[in-house]
Amino acid sequence: MTDNYLELRDVRKRFTGFVLNDISFTLPKGYIMGLIGPNGAGKTTTIQLILNMLEKDAGEILVFGGSNVQNESRIKQDVGVVFDSSIYVDSWTVEDTEKAISIFYDDWQHDVFTDMVSRFDLPHGKKVSEFSRGMQMKLMLACAFSHNAKLLILDEPTSGLDPVTRDELLEILQDYIKDGERSVLFSTHITSDLERVADYITFINQGELFFTGSMEELLGKYRLIKGRPKDLTVTLEKSAIGLRKTDVGFEGLIGAKEAAQYKECVIDTATIDDIVIKVSKRGQRND
Amino acid sequence: MNIVISNNSNLPIYEQIKEQVKTQILSGELVEDEILPSLRQLARDLKISVLTTTRAYNELEQEGFITSRQGKGFYVMSSGSDLIREQLIREVENNLNGAIRAAQRASMSNDEIISLLRLLMEVEND
Repeated sequence: MTDNYLELRDVRKRFTGFVLNDISFTLPKGYIMGLIGPNGAGKTTTIQLILNMLEKDAGEILVFGGSNVQNESRIKQDVGVVFDSSIYVDSWTVEDTEKAISIFYDDWQHDVFTDMVSRFDLPHGKKVSEFSRGMQMKLMLACAFSHNAKLLILDEPTSGLDPVTRDELLEILQDYIKDGERSVLFSTHITSDLERVADYITFINQGELFFTGSMEELLGKYRLIKGRPKDLTVTLEKSAIGLRKTDVGFEGLIGAKEAAQYKECVIDTATIDDIVIKVSKRGQRND
Repeated sequence: MNIVISNNSNLPIYEQIKEQVKTQILSGELVEDEILPSLRQLARDLKISVLTTTRAYNELEQEGFITSRQGKGFYVMSSGSDLIREQLIREVENNLNGAIRAAQRASMSNDEIISLLRLLMEVEND
């Protein structure tokens, strides 16, 4: 099997009023990738295209090295999916869920499911609709782990979770990839979750791919630049991304290499959030 | 091996790991041929990216502090390795230079410094 579990090449999808344009990225075996971008950037569309829930207009999507459409049924055996809201029937209990879900998988491991349910402290006999957001997510994770998924795709799994559960999820994901044979694709807009555990980042903004590569590369590429109004030269004004000007000064994002020449300005390291905010504000108001 | 990562450090995380591994090799807390935690175990324990631990270990390997054995993991290099010895000698030189400067401020003669050093070494060797 190939070492790339997921590969997108120039994937395009057009809706009225929104185009997902030429998205390309590669997720190798054994790593966690964060798919980031503001709301409406195209993260969920990208995930739906990968899962063949939407039909792409152009491009290529390879899962485990094969076309996601031709190999759909085989791929579904090896891909675990966690959505931002429960995909199970509200009136099901944990036991009903296992019964209903397990028939779809050749390699369903009842022992693993039982282990996961007790590890996650999921209540028996209680209906899914009475579960908290965190418990619903854990039930989806338990199902994904029980059919021995090699690729886990999570769409906004952390939204609506408290910090304790978010932290727990990150630990579960790191445990999951520990043997080097499994990968995770994880979309989120709460990027502080990702800052540390993600190996790779794919950043989509307004349907366009802004960056894909290692987290370290992204963080090394940009700096925050701040200064007084008089320090804002014409060149700087042109090259700064998401520039915010006020009466007392300015703040923007700039390439790390360029940053060194502006000795009068304050140069700070940029967090993923800084980068997302500045990039998505690019070309918008300069007030 | 003990690693503590600070979020407020000026050093990137991979540098913090490198510094702490080096310190522990030089201090003898990590001994020759000791196996280090695997890349993925360390990433999980520290809640950081596997690529970060990979970078730290690779650079430590390039600098000659640790070595990887195919399929087995990373090991501490023999402490007799030239590099670690060189670093130790440099550390001795720095400490001795500091001692000499302090002695000069105290107006000690060269003979006095040398005999003090001899005395201390005798005590240490006992």
